[in-house]
This record gives sequence, C-alpha cells and structure tokens, in this order.
Amino acid sequence: MARALGPPLVVATNVEKRFGSLVVLRDVSFTVARGETVCVIGPSGSGKSTLLRCINALVPIDKGSISVEGVEVNDPDLDKLALRKKVGMVFQQYNLFPHRTALQNVMMAPIHVLKQDRAEVEARARKLLAKVRLEGKEGAYPGELSGGQQQRVAIARSLAMNPSLMLFDEVTAALDPETKKEVLVTIRELAAEGMTCILVSHEMSFAREVADHIYFTDHGVIVEHGPPGELLLHPREARTRAFLDQVL
Amino acid sequence: MIRSDLPVLLARPPALVVGRTGEERSFDCRGILRPRTLALLATALVVSMIAAEAQSQGAASRPGILATLWLWTPVVFGGFLFNLLTSVLSMALGTAAGLLLGLALISLVRPVSRSAWYVTQFFRNAPWLVLLFYCMLLLPFEVLLFGQTVSLPAWLKASVGLALPVMANVAEIVRGGVQSIPDTQWQAADSLAFTRLQTIRMIILPQCLKRMTPPWMNLYAILTMATTLISIVGVQEGLTLTRAALVADGRVELFVPMYLMLLMFFFLYCYPIARWTIALERRFNVKA
Repeated sequence: MARALGPPLVVATNVEKRFGSLVVLRDVSFTVARGETVCVIGPSGSGKSTLLRCINALVPIDKGSISVEGVEVNDPDLDKLALRKKVGMVFQQYNLFPHRTALQNVMMAPIHVLKQDRAEVEARARKLLAKVRLEGKEGAYPGELSGGQQQRVAIARSLAMNPSLMLFDEVTAALDPETKKEVLVTIRELAAEGMTCILVSHEMSFAREVADHIYFTDHGVIVEHGPPGELLLHPREARTRAFLDQVL
Repeated sequence: MIRSDLPVLLARPPALVVGRTGEERSFDCRGILRPRTLALLATALVVSMIAAEAQSQGAASRPGILATLWLWTPVVFGGFLFNLLTSVLSMALGTAAGLLLGLALISLVRPVSRSAWYVTQFFRNAPWLVLLFYCMLLLPFEVLLFGQTVSLPAWLKASVGLALPVMANVAEIVRGGVQSIPDTQWQAADSLAFTRLQTIRMIILPQCLKRMTPPWMNLYAILTMATTLISIVGVQEGLTLTRAALVADGRVELFVPMYLMLLMFFFLYCYPIARWTIALERRFNVKA
C-alpha cells in the first residue's frame, strides 16, 4: 500500500544487541518507509521488544546502525531527547503517570519538554483524548480507567508530542478481548491517517489487516519478511510455518 | 484497574477516603489516642503523686505534691515546647539536606553517588550524642557573615547536630522511595524525552511522597524524643528545666511525678504520631 513513499524513515543495518553473553538481536536489517505500518511478530523472547527499544535509544545497540529521519541512534554524541521527540512509544503495561489525570498525562510532555503554550497544549490534548474516544474522562486518574482506556490515554500522550514515528510494544497483550478492540481501532485509524507505525504484536488478524509489511523474528534474527498476504498465508521458512500454526 | 504490585500508586476514588471501613477508622482521633491510653497515663500520674504524698508526711508546712507540680508545670511545659522547637528545626534542616543527599545517592555520576553513600553510612551509624558533641565543639560560637558577626547560640548548634543523623536517614528514605517506583515509569518518561531531573521532580518524587511519609514521620517521633539529649550539652530544654525545678524545690519525693509529667508531654505528642504512622502505612499498603 504505502510502501516506497520517498526515502525511508527508519533504516536499520546489521543491528546486534547483547545482554551480557546473550545475543538478543543478530544482524537485523530493515527499512520502514514514511507512512508505512510494519508489524513484528515472533515467539516470546525473540527480541521484538528489544528491537523497538533500540529504535528510540531506550536500549543502546552494540553493533550496526539504526537511523530515524537521518538521526543515527548509535552515535555516541546522540541527542537522545531530540530523537525521542520524533519517536512516540506505547507500552504493554500503559505506564501512565498514576498521580496525574488523563488530561495531565497527555499535557505534561508538550508543556515541560517541548515548552509549548499551556492553553494551546490543553486544547490539543482535549482533541487527542476525543480522538481516542475518551471525552469525559479528562479528569480521571489512571487507576479509575479500564486497561483499554488507559492504553488509549497512553496513545494520546505519545501523539501529543507530534512524533514522526510510533512504536507499539504489545499494546494489547494485557487487555481483555473487548477493550483490545477499542485500542486496535485507534491504531488502525492512526495507520490510515498515514502515521508511520512499528508494532510488536501477537494479534495476527490485526497484523494482517493493518500492516503493510510483516517481519517474523525468532532467536534475535529476522527469519523472513513480506507483505501480510504473502507471509501469513504462504510462509517460506519452516520456522515461520511452525509459529503460525501455533498462533493462528 | 491496573494490575500492579504497588497499590500505593493507585489513585483512590474519593468515596473510599471518607468511607467507614475498619481501615479508615484508624484515621479517627479516637483511634490515635484512645480514652484507655489516656486513662492509663492519668492513673500512673495519680499513683505516683499519692506515693509522693505518702513519702512527704511530716513536712506539713510545705504545699502538697499536686500544688507543687502545678506550680512547676509552666516551667516544664515551656521546656518541652523548646524541645518541640528544636525537633522541628532539626527535622527541617535534616529533611532539606537529606533530600539532596538522597538524590546524590541515586545520581548516575559515580563519584557523586559513591561519596553520598559514604556520608550517609557515616551519619547513619554514628551515635547521635557523639555527633551532638562534635557539633557543639567544632562549630564556632560566632561566624562572620557579610561583614556582620552572627552568633551561633548553643541551641542552634545542637539542632544542626541532631539534623545530621536525620539527614542521613532521610537520604535513605528518599533512595528507598525512588527505587520503589517501577522502572517502567522511568522508561515512559524517557520515551517522552523528559530529562532525568524533570523525571525525578515531576514523575518519580510525587509518586513516592506517600510511601516516604510514614518512615519520615517515624523518624520525626524518634528525633523528638532524642531532643532531650541536648540537655547534656547544656541547652535549656525540658529535661534541664525539670531537673532545675527539682533542685530548686529540693524534695526527693517529687522526682517520680515530675519526670513523669515531662514524660507524659512527650508521650502525648509522640504516641499519636506513631499511631498515625501505622494508620498511614496501612492505608498506603507499605510494609514496615
């Protein structure tokens, strides 16, 4: 669909990441075009989440390179804050700030990090909360919201920074089927609007529907990748087939 | 509801705060200082006075024990108030310094955290009285500040002396509080491009404030009782004045009731704090 739209936004080349003697990512290379939605699937412990964390420098990489909009993540002089302003991230456990309301959660970073005008930020934050269908919940604390609602606040919180790229780390894994749907709808809308998204997901049907390209990882390597129709329906590798047989 | 092993982090619906569950009742003043406790204290005082009265038979020309106690009450209470003043001052100084020291403990700059660790360990494991003596002897009795000679009275030096162990203990409370916040909060803050200082100030510290309050109050109660130590270094506080009153009156039988009176003032102040601390710990689900 949106593949090959101008220069790629994210380019990863031969990325290697170790935790001690454990190699979590080995020789991982991929590109993500602007406006593209990419899904990373694979068994637990295959390095999917680490890969996402490497892209916004939450975890440093040991070899290779990752660049986001031309900014080299592995650069020792990297301005991490500048990189993270471009890259939004949503976590499996939402990680909202529990002492702040939904609205405040969305407003904090634009006000304190981007130093934007409070009134402007508030107007935008309210719009974003409405966009993720949470109007009326602005004053609620995270503890008073359901998992799905919290996750949508977390998405709005990331969007408030106007990122060029959104990373979703198994964002529906902790949710029950009904609330899961609310979150998936929100992500689908984002993707449809042209936001560049990288998702780590176990939702195969969702991946098939929303992704432009799917990567299957196992034991820290990309086993194979391709458009969803191809990869999910006609996998070339035995490992991919075995995995898909289990989850589908 | 969020699944978390840190119930402190959950914002409680307001209905629970004014609820009438058994847990909430511990916030009631009655729960903090029950009539039974007060009755026990009063009984002890009365018994000690009757015993003193019995001892003083034969000296009929002098006023009774109760009258004498009443006579000295303003002096002893005044001294006790001075103890409270010292405790508040030491706590304020110690908390401010301890907060900075605690932040130094979690610093990513190795030399900073290392030296903060040494300072914390030293002052946490030194006897309070020895620190007090050091402060009395090492701090000058006056300092030159902007060309003005400012005198450092003994009570001020004593407050600094008591603030040192408070500082070290507050630093540990801060470090423990910060470390009790899950890493995921740091990650979320990192991913939103907050600086470390912003993260600590706006995201981490506000969350651990609740958790740090009970141990901090506990420390304050201990400090308040320890303020009687400053009588040894010659500051006129409750214990000094009680002793002076006893010497002035010269009656041995007054010893027990008079000291008991001072003890009661401390008890009536510190015991509710201890009860309140327990109530808060229960409410915030913090294990002691």
